[in-house]
Amino acid sequence: MQGVGFRPFVWRLARELEITGHVLNDGAGVRIEAFGPVEALEKFLVRLTAEPPPLARVDRIDIADTDPAPVPVPDSFQILGSGEGAVATGVVPDAATCPACLADIGNPSDRRHGYAFTNCTHCGPRLSILRHIPYDRASTSMSGFPMCPSCRVEYEDPDDRRFHAQPVACPDCGPRLWFEDADGREAQGDPLAVAVQRLRAGGILAVKGLGGFQIAVDAGNETAVRTLRHRKRRPDKPLALMARDLDQILGYCSVSEREADMLASAAAPILLLQKAGPALAESIAPGQDRLGVMLANTPLHHLLLAELERPIVMTSGNLSDNPQETENAAARQHLAGLVDGFLMHDRDIVNRLDDSVLRLDRSGVSMLRRARGYAPASVRLAPDFDQAPRVLAMGGELKSTFCLINGRDAVLSQHIGDLENAQTFADYKKTLRLYLDLYRFRPDVIAVDGHPQYLSTVYGEQLAAEFGIDLLRVQHHHAHLAACLAGQGWPLTGEGSAYGIILDGLGWGEDGKIWGGEILKGGFAGFQRLGHFQPVPLPGGAVAVREPWRNLAAHLRTAFGPDYRERLAGLPLAAALEEKNMAMLDRMMERSLNSPLSSSAGRLFDAVAAALGISFGRQSFEGQAAMALESLARPFLKEERGYAVDFKSSPLCLSFVALWQQLIADLHAGAADGRIAARFHLGLIGGLADGLSRSGGRPGDAVVFSGGVFQNAIVKDGLTGRLKDMGFRVLNQENFPANDGGLALGQGVIAAARYVAGGD
Amino acid sequence: MTHGGGGRAMAELIEGLFHRHLKNPILDQGHDAAVFDVPPGRLVMSTDAHVISPLFFPGGDIGSLSVHGTLNDIAMAGGRPLSLTAGFILEEGFPLADLERIVISMARAAREAGVPVVSGDTKVVEKGKGDGVFITTAGVGVLPDGVSISPSAARPGQAVLVSGSIGDHGVAILSKRENLEFETEILSDSAALHGLVAEMIAAVPGIAVLRDPTRGGLATALNEIAHASGVGVVLEEDDIPVAPDVDAACELLGLDPLYVANEGKLICICEAADSDLLLKVMRAHPLGARAARIGAVVDDADHMVVMRTGFGGSRVVDWLSGEQLPRIC
Ligand SMILES: [Fe+3]
Ligand SMILES: [Mg+2]
Ligand SMILES: [Zn+2]
Ligand SMILES: [Zn+2]
Repeated sequence: MQGVGFRPFVWRLARELEITGHVLNDGAGVRIEAFGPVEALEKFLVRLTAEPPPLARVDRIDIADTDPAPVPVPDSFQILGSGEGAVATGVVPDAATCPACLADIGNPSDRRHGYAFTNCTHCGPRLSILRHIPYDRASTSMSGFPMCPSCRVEYEDPDDRRFHAQPVACPDCGPRLWFEDADGREAQGDPLAVAVQRLRAGGILAVKGLGGFQIAVDAGNETAVRTLRHRKRRPDKPLALMARDLDQILGYCSVSEREADMLASAAAPILLLQKAGPALAESIAPGQDRLGVMLANTPLHHLLLAELERPIVMTSGNLSDNPQETENAAARQHLAGLVDGFLMHDRDIVNRLDDSVLRLDRSGVSMLRRARGYAPASVRLAPDFDQAPRVLAMGGELKSTFCLINGRDAVLSQHIGDLENAQTFADYKKTLRLYLDLYRFRPDVIAVDGHPQYLSTVYGEQLAAEFGIDLLRVQHHHAHLAACLAGQGWPLTGEGSAYGIILDGLGWGEDGKIWGGEILKGGFAGFQRLGHFQPVPLPGGAVAVREPWRNLAAHLRTAFGPDYRERLAGLPLAAALEEKNMAMLDRMMERSLNSPLSSSAGRLFDAVAAALGISFGRQSFEGQAAMALESLARPFLKEERGYAVDFKSSPLCLSFVALWQQLIADLHAGAADGRIAARFHLGLIGGLADGLSRSGGRPGDAVVFSGGVFQNAIVKDGLTGRLKDMGFRVLNQENFPANDGGLALGQGVIAAARYVAGGD
Repeated sequence: MTHGGGGRAMAELIEGLFHRHLKNPILDQGHDAAVFDVPPGRLVMSTDAHVISPLFFPGGDIGSLSVHGTLNDIAMAGGRPLSLTAGFILEEGFPLADLERIVISMARAAREAGVPVVSGDTKVVEKGKGDGVFITTAGVGVLPDGVSISPSAARPGQAVLVSGSIGDHGVAILSKRENLEFETEILSDSAALHGLVAEMIAAVPGIAVLRDPTRGGLATALNEIAHASGVGVVLEEDDIPVAPDVDAACELLGLDPLYVANEGKLICICEAADSDLLLKVMRAHPLGARAARIGAVVDDADHMVVMRTGFGGSRVVDWLSGEQLPRIC
């Protein structure tokens, strides 16, 4: 990797051990020539892997004798400039402020005391400021800030923490911070003090963060948080928090040791934590039993939070579904009506990076959104990917990412977002071109989803024509399965296959129908669909995704036939349905009018949520109903038993007649919503475990889970536990999202396998 | 009716029916071909085949639609239509009364448009080999001097206008076909637009593009124009006229009015400076009463149509092949 301080680390180690020679970056990685006594060389090797600098990762060390030894043997150890083609070693993710830099900004006698853009080789901006390669200052948005003599001395001294830290800066030469009011007027005085004072007074501020503008408001001020929601037109979706330190978080959430480590890692993600203790403003995460919290992760955030008593809401700075703003002028224009002021600076954000979101479940880490701090770190694929073609995989439509398969390295882009938004789509295309440039990547083949109307599919077709290369279409849920296997070092070729339980929203099926709740078996080269959920109409197509009541009607009608509403007589639910145009909805389903059949798992959750009156008419963000259902169920899991799921065979179909019968009986009996929610979750877990056995799964077989529904911790933990008890080998994918954010990786490895097999 | 050689009496019956209702001096010449004078200038010609279910729908039927369709194709090139021909393919057993209804409607549409049907033909096919009736019409018209309207003539900076609310026809057809009941009956907008176009051209001869957004709706038509002209289009959602009942029906059915068919609306792309005058002229005509400026042509290497939605959002309005499929995962 470039810019992680690995060469100076080698240099210091060599000097300490009195080893001579040199170190340089070449196309394949770091190359060291070392001369010295055998014992010293052995120590050198051990310590190279044992104590690399924080941002470096040693994947592998190859050792070769220099034969014959050069004459004369070098008498010192040197750092040589990077060789041409230092490309594969790529770009590192942005990293949270390190303890040493934090100490610098807190030290009144340090020249960077209180300086918001302090960084070193162990921390600071990377991808977010990179315009092109090679990674040096001129290629970044620091190019407009010539180093002062003091910074240059640090930059050129291998013994200094800032040796070759490209974004190195100080108050004399680096970016400047200021505060401006919504009307653009710059405020007098210390910008941080002004910002703190405004936040304390309930003001809503735009803060130019690392990867984009953020919006900050006092998390303890309910009125201010409501105002923010109102202005941002974001009625329900949970808002993230930022805290000064762990202690501050502990006041509101329970945090395990491992969670504390994750919060404090260089990636500094938003972590979803169980609420505990006194509540902050109620409307931060309505209906949720968790809060999304991150630690201050740039000097600017540290300085801002140092003076505040409570965590602040730190949400993305954007309007509607637009991507978060990155440019000062655009932010002023678009956010002026939303915020009361701007904490601004003059270092450009080149690559938009949202905050990453993770959760620690009993069954392991769940990556929910992968961006700042994680992208573009590559994942190492199995050794036989050496023979893989270069694949550009285009990803999906929502939560878009793309992926470059470059030999054994799979580079997955940061989360870009939902492509139907024109600005997000433009950003997707821009970012994709940047990555092709950064990695000097010329694909041999392009992989797209099977859905003909995904914008990523259409753009992939265009690019394949532009490059004159093949296009491979990959089934959506096969890609979900393959993404999990890729992260486990699954080989490119070979006969091995794993079971995949895919619980998803909607994906294009090979039969032209819409799939979503699937039991698959396969590897990279191919797959079989062994079982699926009962297909149910989606009355109104995409509208049904926003309106859970439609799915309730569709599920009940599928289970009980056209007279399904009779079973609800006397329930509040019956009255709620009467308010809707049921005659029309029934007619649509009867006539298959814009009511495609789908085996979606996500819509089943929506239907059950609607049965409990949760987001009945409409959900304002994806997953809202399912998340609320999960929160309701959690307290009752231990004491409840699941509903029965029934099966129709050949091919295996999980059907929900019994489940709905029991659920409706519970509604008539007046059972608590939380108990019904728990019985549903447990029933589904039992049904899937049973379904896997009926599909031929046996102890020892490998199983992966994927699809957006696996963001549900109850399902993920419950199924993991159940299948492990049955003897299955459950492979948990921790590095990529189970939702469509990981899709591109799966598309990439499948296309590589099919290309190598020559099947297309 | 029966098909084949034995149906001589029937053929005469049909012939009589056409002549009775479509009567005009050229048709009455009794030739197999129409002979008529042509005015000076360039000729415009177009043909359109009409297949629709149901044949009768609120606001029209296949007869009036087959007249309007071809007249509009001529009008969208800037032409003033002169005459029409019609070819009928009838399925054996199709009720004569229905046929007469269709011919009467066709005659009325032609009369109102001031364009005679000057020649025609009928064939009867075996039962099961047709769908009641198919009608193909062709038309010829003349292009005024100085008019150069083309789908590839859109340029950045120009304004995009629409002559009225969108989606009426498609929703009317669907509700009739699927027997959907809405609070108020939604009528097709089927109409002949050449009268409106003549007034628009008289006011602004330099109109760049005219297009009737029929199948695939406004979205498809604009994507075709963007592609043909090598430009992008930015629409303002709030400015696109959609009748409230059509909007409500689309919401319930999960349809996007941008993709729903129209049969009596046009898109006009013109210099921004001409747009106010054109809107005034359009709004003064009964078929353009709800005309609106809905967006602008922009520079865009990817030739995309983008719609600005309320509150600062923007949506890609892409070119769909086939029906819209849910893309949400
Ligand atoms: Fe998916
Ligand atoms: Mg035509
Ligand atoms: Zn540092
Ligand atoms: Zn400096």
